[in-house]
This record gives sequence, C-alpha cells and structure tokens, in this order.
Amino acid sequence: MYLFCAFLAGLVFGLGLIVSGMASPAKVLGFLDLAGRWDPSLALVMAGAIAVGAIGFAIAVRRPLTLLHTPMLMPTTRTIDRRLIVGSLLFGIGWGLAGFCPGPALVALGAGYLKALMFVAAMIVGMLAFDRIEERRIQPVAQAASVRAGAME
Amino acid sequence: MNVDWASFSPWPALAGGVLIGLAATLLALANGRVAGISGIIGGLLRPSLPDALWRAAFVAGLVVAPIAYVILSPAPEIIIDAGYPTLIVAGFVVGIGTRYGAGCTSGHGVCGLSRLSPRSLVATLVFMAAGFATVFLTRHIFSL
Repeated sequence: MYLFCAFLAGLVFGLGLIVSGMASPAKVLGFLDLAGRWDPSLALVMAGAIAVGAIGFAIAVRRPLTLLHTPMLMPTTRTIDRRLIVGSLLFGIGWGLAGFCPGPALVALGAGYLKALMFVAAMIVGMLAFDRIEERRIQPVAQAASVRAGAME
Repeated sequence: MNVDWASFSPWPALAGGVLIGLAATLLALANGRVAGISGIIGGLLRPSLPDALWRAAFVAGLVVAPIAYVILSPAPEIIIDAGYPTLIVAGFVVGIGTRYGAGCTSGHGVCGLSRLSPRSLVATLVFMAAGFATVFLTRHIFSL
C-alpha cells in the first residue's frame, strides 16, 4: 500500500502537469517571458496546487504518523543560506534555458521525447556531480573528526 | 505587459494545479514525504538509501502519466524548442542547482509554499527571478 500510494501520487502529479500544460517547455517559457507575449497560466497552476496543498500539509504536520502508520518525515531545515540562494539561482537559469524542470522532463520522457531523455540524462549527471562535490567537502571534515577521536582514545 | 490571451488557459491550469496539490497531499498523508521531484530523484542516485523503493514508485508514476493520459484523451502537446546543446547544459545546471538548493518547482514552489516555509519562499523567488532573467536575456537581448 505504501508503494502503491507513492506510485499513485507520482501518476496524479504527472497528470496534473499534463492537464495544466506544464509538461510542455514552450508553455513554461511563455510564462517566464515577461517582456514578450506573456502567458500567466503557470501562476494559476501554482495557485491551484498551493490552495489544495496548504490544506493537505496543514493536516499532515499535525500528525505524528501517516495514514499508513509510518513516520511523518517533513523537512526540518529552516536555514536560509548561500547554498539555498546559489542552488536556486542555478536551477532558475537552467529552467529558463530549456523550459524544463525535473517533473515535466520526466513526464515528457514518458511521452517518448528524445530531447527529454537528453535533458534528464544531463540532469542526473549534474546531480551525481553534486554528490561528488559534497563527498569531497564532507570527507576531510569526517577524517579530521576521526583523527581527533583517535587521539582521544 | 502584453498578455498572450490566445495561449492563456486558466481552467486547465487551475484543474492541473489542483491535481498536483492532491498528489502532494497524498504523498504527505500516506507516505509522510514531501513531493519534491529533484530530491526524490537525487535520493535514488544514492543506492545506500533504504527508501529507494517509494522513490522509484513515485518516479514510475510520473513517467507512466502520459501513457495513462492518452487512454482518455489525445496525446498532450509537448513542444521542446531548445536544441540538444542547450538541453544538455540546462539539464546539468538544473541537476546541480536543485540538489545544491535542495529543491525545485515542486519541492520549494508547490510543497514548500503550501507548508508556509520561509526558506522555500526565498528559493522560489530566487529561481523565478533567475528564470525570468534568463528568458529575457536569451530571447530579447541575445535573441538565441
């Protein structure tokens, strides 16, 4: 049931992207092009999603367990730091270049578009590159910590 | 501001948005998770994570959506104007950026704003501004 709900959530999310037109990069770029012929549709997609989501999350955060009696794992990070800003800046640039963000790219991939496959492949390479950078950033710290722990023994 | 009334589709946009909100609600209430797509994919790339199964199930749902959609309606119109070099650069930057900023349009934009998270509001304002600026530069300054 746990896996079925996750699958169903992905399916309904994808259908929402298709129904709203947001699976098409041309439609998304129409929203991002403020100086051209502007298509406000994306704002209404966000409004509809947030109106429903706000109720859903208001219920979710008050529950210690999910409806399936598993732990409620909502994000706890609250820091607004350079990582958040720089990361979001990079994401926005990529989004504006092609009109794809991760969800619509996966939907377009499922619809059989080779261009979507290329975008998703490059996105996965980018994510793996991030993991590599993070490993290098964290490892020296972890090593230093283990050296210190060793010295104390 | 010059609104493209011919392309503007308020009702499908709202209806699709409601579906997205329902999907996020389902994943939160049933699975206790935030429907942040970049984070869900990012977690799949770290095979040590024990929760790879639900992530794979969610991604499978997204990928299957267009196939389910054509059972009921004609195929959705998906127009990808960008060429391959642009798509590769954009994909790579989106991959790094979403992991570094811990979220994309779904995680920060939809779920984060629904949770009234100030952090997600900042992220959403930043990536929206960057998206607007990028399209302005590519379409109106450099005419790519």
